[in-house]
Amino acid sequence: MRVILTIFVTLIISLFMVFPALAQTPSEAEIELRAKEVGQALRCVVCQNQPIEESDASLAQDMRKLVRARIRNGDSNEEVIAFMRDRYGDFVLLKPPMQANTYLLWFAPAVLLGFFLFWYVVRVRRKPANIETQTLTDDELKRFNELSNNQEMQGSERQGQKIQGQKIQGHDT
Amino acid sequence: MIAEIGQIALILALLIAIVQSVLPMWGAYKGDARLMALGDRAATMQCILLAISFVALTIVFVQSDFSVKLVTVNSHTDKPLLYKISGVWGNHEGSMLLWVFILGIYGALVPVFGKGLPAGLKARALAVQGMISVGFLGFILFTSNPFLRLNPVPVNGQGLNPLLQDPGLAFHPPFLYLGYVGFSMAFSFSVAALIEGRVDAVWARWLRPWVLLAWAFLTVGITMGSIWAYYELGWGGWWMWDPVENVSFLPWLVGTALLHSILVLGKRHAMANWTILLGITAFSLSLVGTFVVRSGVLTSVHSFAVDPARGVYILALLLLATGGGLVMFALRAHTLRGGPSFTIVSKEGGLLLNNLLLVTSTFTVFLGTFYPLLIEAFTDGKISVGEPYFDRTFAPVMIVLIAIMGVGPLVKWREDSWKSLKPHLFKSFVLVAIIFSLTWWLGKSVLGALSIGIAVYLAYSTLAAFGRKIKFGQAGAMTLLKAQPASVWGFLIAHMGIAICVIGITGMSVWAKEDAKVLRLHESMTVGGYEFTLKSMTPGAERNFQKMVAAVEVQKSGHIVGTLRSARRFYQVRNMITTEAGIQVRPMRNLYAGVGEGDAEKGWVVRAYVHPLVNWIWLGALMIALAGFISILDRGRKRGKI
Repeated sequence: MRVILTIFVTLIISLFMVFPALAQTPSEAEIELRAKEVGQALRCVVCQNQPIEESDASLAQDMRKLVRARIRNGDSNEEVIAFMRDRYGDFVLLKPPMQANTYLLWFAPAVLLGFFLFWYVVRVRRKPANIETQTLTDDELKRFNELSNNQEMQGSERQGQKIQGQKIQGHDT
Repeated sequence: MIAEIGQIALILALLIAIVQSVLPMWGAYKGDARLMALGDRAATMQCILLAISFVALTIVFVQSDFSVKLVTVNSHTDKPLLYKISGVWGNHEGSMLLWVFILGIYGALVPVFGKGLPAGLKARALAVQGMISVGFLGFILFTSNPFLRLNPVPVNGQGLNPLLQDPGLAFHPPFLYLGYVGFSMAFSFSVAALIEGRVDAVWARWLRPWVLLAWAFLTVGITMGSIWAYYELGWGGWWMWDPVENVSFLPWLVGTALLHSILVLGKRHAMANWTILLGITAFSLSLVGTFVVRSGVLTSVHSFAVDPARGVYILALLLLATGGGLVMFALRAHTLRGGPSFTIVSKEGGLLLNNLLLVTSTFTVFLGTFYPLLIEAFTDGKISVGEPYFDRTFAPVMIVLIAIMGVGPLVKWREDSWKSLKPHLFKSFVLVAIIFSLTWWLGKSVLGALSIGIAVYLAYSTLAAFGRKIKFGQAGAMTLLKAQPASVWGFLIAHMGIAICVIGITGMSVWAKEDAKVLRLHESMTVGGYEFTLKSMTPGAERNFQKMVAAVEVQKSGHIVGTLRSARRFYQVRNMITTEAGIQVRPMRNLYAGVGEGDAEKGWVVRAYVHPLVNWIWLGALMIALAGFISILDRGRKRGKI
């Protein structure tokens, strides 16, 4: 398998070296395909969060033409995006670049999630130790559990909840 | 005359709101039953006055009374009746009046359904409702009065934004507001409970139906907005992570967390602090939603009011409500008792994890929505945050959430073990492996296969949990099935809805095909195996617009599948053009065509799409909303008995 792959890759590379023109002028279908891919990542700068491929604004049309022209010129997808970014600024990228002023944007959700999960594991694991601070007495708890079990088993939710509700209310006052 | 009646009613409503926000609170503090009871009457009175005011505005719109400035700017005699009525809230002033009117309705329902509530709690909650009313009524009267007259009176109006002249959008704002404002109940009762220093199961059980109601309405509102964007904006998107969409999604996410935590509070008396905090947050985010759309701080197709003075007022209101609520929380949360303990693997644990993940996703959407603003305000930079960001941050959290949704309903309250879950997890794993391989083979996408696999896992787990409740396969299952409370049906329908929604989203993100070409008559293009041919362009006219209807015939392997009719409408009054998409709706896929600019010589821009499973998204969303309404019935039977 590896051998075949190596031969294949070598063949393609040599093909491009023999016919450099071929490598630089992709077919129209390929241009279109790549332009769509690139266009999905670029924002129409006068629209609201809309990729240039989906916008009817005249600026979006110009931007689409520009993207196709660059691809026809032999730019790679990354080069086209870099070119558009150079021209329109970070604003044109629908995926914000990873840089000093966006670290917060990119990492804060993960940090928050990590913090929550840490808190969850620590807090909830510690809890069974506090079982004495249970506010219901053992008898009450027994009845409470019976009621809530009954309620699930017999489906007599209505009555069960009513009694349970009164119980808690009664306990509070 | 009618406008003046509306105006006077509005001013009286403000005065009563001031009384409502002070006296019952004072009465509750002093233990004066008469002052406390005043809250009930003030709330009812306020609702009646706001109804008068709202009806008055509706009448001037229906009559096309152009001496009222708002009518002139937003209406026109040629408009169909439906849009004359929806024009009432299709603008800033009117929509604010609708907002406060809905607030009045919720407030008036408190005395009706809350006869058994502790008097102090009810009085304080109504006082807080009154304060919100004062804020919004003051805002309406001082910055955005809908009843302002115009002199001289113009002959005709300027018409409603054509994008809003659509049945889907006509009823989108009322549903959204029923949701937003519904969370004010959670807010008021949370603040009242903090003042009282007491939160118990009764409180939670009384409040839960209101949270469910608000949440279900919000679900409907968001879904309608999404469907509208799909067929009206003409490029086949169902969710574009537009800031205005995001801000309606924020209270929904927190509301989802809230209705799960309030369940724990009602059943197990745990998570009291957390529930209160979510109640305050849900309403604060609803205010953010209102603020963002109304101030035009984030420019977008939806923002039809741009006025910084109003923005500053709403921002102050927002800070006061949120800040006030949070300060109360910080000062008083310690007075609330914690509930019985639970372990990591338990139903409470699962629900707490659900809450933490939902809050994380809310934070992510919030950050993604407001980060560009922060960057623009505090640095020289200007960035965009689009779909790729949310795909990478929001989607993974959702996947973890769904993983937990699968097992959560299967574990017991308080304490359970991984061991008891093993058989289910093993069966799920086998099922997902089969579905994954099949989908991968047929659909040729790893991501799509994974996503469908997860959705099937959720559906299977949900059915398994439901089956366990009714002891499926054993004697008496039918009796148990009938005896299940509405909330269990709600659980089943909502979680199945999520699974269906995920399948739809996957189909749309992974397998949708699209293309755009300039076509002359009888030319065609091929998208996803379908051949779209532009058959004819027919001009026509309706009462308030002219149109050009394109007939696009679709064939698959030589057979005609159907004809899509897409129209370009030209509204003379506003000098605006809108595109109506032509859609063939089928359970497994939609065919979609939108016609753009062009002429007979050069051809017209035609966008053609094949959208697999897209309808499942809205089917799932509507199931979720339905589940919310069904779960309320559970409480309806018992409400009188608290």
